[in-house]
Amino acid sequence: MTDLALGRPAADRDRLLRLLQNYGVYLGVAVLLLVNIAFTPHFLSGENFRTQAVQVAPVLVVALGMALAIGSEGVDLSVGSVMALSTSLVSLYLGYGMWVALVVALLGGMVVGLANGSLIAFIGVQPIVATLALMVAGRGLALVLLPQLKNVRDPTMASLGSGDLLGVPYLVLIATALALLVAFVVRRTTFGRQLLAIGDSRPAALLAGLPVRRVLIVVYVVCGALAALAGVLATARLSASDPTSLGNLMELSAITAVVVGGTPLSGGRVRIGGTVAGAVLIQLLTATLIKHDLPPSWTQIAQAVVIVLAVYAARERGKR
Amino acid sequence: MTIDTKSPADPVDHTAQQEQVAGPSRSERLSALAQQHGALVTLIVAVVAASVGFDTFMTADNMENMAVSSAFLAVVALGMTFVIVTGGIDLSVGSLFALGGVLAAWGSQYGTAVALLLPLAVCGLIGLVNGLLIARARLAPFIVTLAAMLAARGILLSVTDEGSKTYLVDKDSFFATLGQGKVLGVGAPVWITVALFVAGAVVLRRTRFGQYVYAVGGNEDAAALMGAPVARTKIAVYTVSGLCAGLAGALNAAWLVSGVTILGSGMELEAISAVVIGGTLLTGGFGFISGSLVGVLLLKVIQNVINQIGSLDSAYQQVVSGAFLAVVVIAQTWLGRRRRVL
Repeated sequence: MTDLALGRPAADRDRLLRLLQNYGVYLGVAVLLLVNIAFTPHFLSGENFRTQAVQVAPVLVVALGMALAIGSEGVDLSVGSVMALSTSLVSLYLGYGMWVALVVALLGGMVVGLANGSLIAFIGVQPIVATLALMVAGRGLALVLLPQLKNVRDPTMASLGSGDLLGVPYLVLIATALALLVAFVVRRTTFGRQLLAIGDSRPAALLAGLPVRRVLIVVYVVCGALAALAGVLATARLSASDPTSLGNLMELSAITAVVVGGTPLSGGRVRIGGTVAGAVLIQLLTATLIKHDLPPSWTQIAQAVVIVLAVYAARERGKR
Repeated sequence: MTIDTKSPADPVDHTAQQEQVAGPSRSERLSALAQQHGALVTLIVAVVAASVGFDTFMTADNMENMAVSSAFLAVVALGMTFVIVTGGIDLSVGSLFALGGVLAAWGSQYGTAVALLLPLAVCGLIGLVNGLLIARARLAPFIVTLAAMLAARGILLSVTDEGSKTYLVDKDSFFATLGQGKVLGVGAPVWITVALFVAGAVVLRRTRFGQYVYAVGGNEDAAALMGAPVARTKIAVYTVSGLCAGLAGALNAAWLVSGVTILGSGMELEAISAVVIGGTLLTGGFGFISGSLVGVLLLKVIQNVINQIGSLDSAYQQVVSGAFLAVVVIAQTWLGRRRRVL
């Protein structure tokens, strides 16, 4: 109601808010970098940057899939469980070689995505609920397959986890390549346009004759596959499969990265650059608090505050 | 899914109007019945099957144990029912349950009043903040309560020296009696839960506030036009949900005579499952308090049966609960769609 009284100052404030919404995440990353350079000892070292980047990679891979789901006005709460499922599958099939294990893990994630997508696209279940069911069942399934932590000793996995190409870790290369690919798909392909149209208004997309169901299914299958890949990457980095804790609260981190990066929860827009910066921001925030000996509990509270602030800044103004 | 392509002159719509005048059709009544009492029928079938299948199921000890352990989840599900009927969701209840338990155990050294009021105050306040952010700042409920879940867990860790400290409740205090005492052979938490459910059902069904809760969940804009205080109703339901989770945690601490920090993770999912299984629609506007109690009992019976089959571990409970939730949601969506279309 107050938006009706749009004077000039209000319009200026709106423009500023929109700028903050779109580019605030880069500002946040810059501020955190400066703070760390100024106050954190040994922050400016190649070793430290490498550690931070390698830790961001799995989160970013999950967040890319999440960005697609959120862009279609949905959400995928099952990603953490899919990572757990994927790490269990990797351990079980590693005996047949790493590539077999990778394919099986990805297939597992895609099956979960297919189930999510079918519930959403064909039966019309809300995305939160549809993916909630597999969030519960997925981790259970992961624990049924692999009841406890298991060390992974495979040379190919080890080199995937810790190797690099010209000094850039494989994990970072993979995450970057995927980010570029997803950005290309969203911006330049028919699928990307259809996805955004569906996120903008599903009834309108249906009336326009877009293949709504097919696009939604593909979105959740891709989201599942990316989460499964993130599970493999995390397994390679840790050299262990831990279905109990791997991917815990990952849905939260991924949603935060996407939303902090300027993608609105109401769908219709996807910002991949922002999502990358969002993932980096969360990682830097956590690292900063830990490096300055603040207890982990503070990190959680800080992350919660950042989420609420970001969503507040990104909320659709005037949309009820 | 939500487009209405029918014109007023459409013959299908016409018959629908006629049917409305003549009262609900038989199939409509059947699907409404299935939605209202499906969980109860399933519960009865499950209990009968379990008592036939396992000698250890229908024993007084097992029943008592199931009733008391259901009580805590039931109190959480009670608050969740109000939230879901308004069309919202509260993911912070698991953390608030754990936080409430730890605060109660810490506070019990200063007497029962502190042990009960401290968790209620803190968890109620967090619920109030949830409600304010959702109703006044218009943020998405699941993201706000997800953040609250994280924050509450953080506060919990801070209070317990990063989770390393466990506060104990004096076994002889009145507070411990609230958890461990028995009245007529049934645990005190069970009685408290029953009383809360009766109160909750009366509030939702018989008070103006209850009408507002249904109205907000049915159609927010229409409710606002009717003059219902939409924002205040939403703030109230999230506060109630926080209070319920905190109280459940406190009762649980009294029962365990300690504040256990690792409890409550995944509890939000159990509570939501119970409410949905009980027939409450996640889209809001339709639901019953009694259904949530049936949903909780059904979940606990399933868990109990899985425990009795010794070879299956707790991981199967999650698989079965998740699959069960999916089946219920699919059934609900079908039944609900049928009702809307006719």
